[in-house]
Amino acid sequence: MRAMAASSARFLPAAFGLFCLLCGVAIVEGMLRAGLLNRFIVPLPTEVIDSFGRLFGDEQLLARFLTTVQETFYAMAILAVIGIPVGTLLYQVPVLRKATETWISALASAPIVLMYPLFLVIFGRSPATIIVMGVIAGLPPLILKTIEGLSGTRQSLINVGRSFRLTRVQMLTKIMLPAALPTIFVGLRLALIFALINIVGVEFLINFGGLGQLINDLAERYDMPGMYATIVFVILVSVLFFFVTERLERWLRRMS
Amino acid sequence: MASTDVVKGMARARRSGISVMQVRIVLLVVLLAGWEIMARSGLLYRDVVPPLETIGWALIKLLSSQAFYWNLAVTVAEVLAALAIGGSIGFMTGVLLGGSRFFGRALEPYIYYLGPTPKIIFFPIMIMWFGVGPGSKIAMGAVSCFFPIALSAAAGMRQIEAVLIRVGRSFRASQWQMAMKIYLPAMRPAVMNGIRLGLGIAIIGTLLAETKLSNRGIGYLIMQAYSVFDMPRMYALLITLFAFAIGANAIVGRFGGPAKRQ
Repeated sequence: MRAMAASSARFLPAAFGLFCLLCGVAIVEGMLRAGLLNRFIVPLPTEVIDSFGRLFGDEQLLARFLTTVQETFYAMAILAVIGIPVGTLLYQVPVLRKATETWISALASAPIVLMYPLFLVIFGRSPATIIVMGVIAGLPPLILKTIEGLSGTRQSLINVGRSFRLTRVQMLTKIMLPAALPTIFVGLRLALIFALINIVGVEFLINFGGLGQLINDLAERYDMPGMYATIVFVILVSVLFFFVTERLERWLRRMS
Repeated sequence: MASTDVVKGMARARRSGISVMQVRIVLLVVLLAGWEIMARSGLLYRDVVPPLETIGWALIKLLSSQAFYWNLAVTVAEVLAALAIGGSIGFMTGVLLGGSRFFGRALEPYIYYLGPTPKIIFFPIMIMWFGVGPGSKIAMGAVSCFFPIALSAAAGMRQIEAVLIRVGRSFRASQWQMAMKIYLPAMRPAVMNGIRLGLGIAIIGTLLAETKLSNRGIGYLIMQAYSVFDMPRMYALLITLFAFAIGANAIVGRFGGPAKRQ
């Protein structure tokens, strides 16, 4: 009985949330059909759902999605190659770290994405501009989290390393980096989110690449149901990315 | 561990006569000298990487032009309107979600998971709804700043200590007095932090929208500089923009500290 009450207490709010969402969609559909909302501005939700088939077929939504994933993958690979070593270097040289940490924090909250016209001049309308924008956005959180992870290594682990007379490099690779892995993963996750936001955003702004360009294309063709459906798709992909990496992070924390 | 390392490093640096400020100055000098060498070496296009002197003159020219201040005023007005609209809706949503455990668990996950999506993709919808003028830019900024402010207000509402609420009730405070004397002061740090985050995102949202489709504002000036390939002016605009964003962040941050005891 108590288990049933606990289970309903857990699922009732989620069910209510979903019910509210579906009610909202139904109300919009009803208002559009009743002529209370302009169909030229807001398409019928049923039309939006119907257009998914067309998007996967004619507009190659899956291929566009893979292009965005590929750009994000390249950005993440560059980020890992630059961000983790820079964070490690700053950890190893405390005076350099002290001098630059506030700068990196400021960079993390600065409107870096607005530099995209600059990279547009340097690299042109190409994947390089999109990838560089993703890298720049993800770099500050990854560097900061790498420093945080290395700084948080337990003293007992460092003492074990010292008792084995490990060299500085061995200490870093055998003790500190493995111990810092969960926090570095948090940094990678943040970097991935920041990079993905910027990549899709810049794709939309420069009208090049994967999902962002498709939204721009459909808006310019005034394909309202298709445009809304692609936006819903991007939201679902972002939510899925965020959810999966969040679960992965929790699992990694439990394992460490 | 972290602080001990830093302290040890600082002590070592002090012993060797190097201070953090000196390191910062050296880094800045190296950075600027590196830029100047690159600009004058001919390895990169001089138009893309102009010498510092050219950027400096472009900055002076920009700051002494009336058109810049007019466009800056347009952007500032759009950002403030976005913050007022998105912030107030976000605050009310946050209070509702934070005040009720049931509503919080039912609807907060949607805001939490929608928060990190790229907001600029909503811009075509905003153009459809609010037109190509400042309305769509304000809407973009408002949508962008809604999420961090709503989440911070909900967290702030949940963090209010129960003892403060009991004290208010024991004094038979009215709803208005409870809100003004208990809830709002207790939520202030969390809400101000949300506004600080929201302001940064509202600036980005508004300016990105201006770069996409506009005929006024700093975003428009950046795209204008890009279209005529006036790189020194673009660098000057980006420098002023970063200064504007950091300044705005610092101003809001000043109000976000713990409440002073009377």
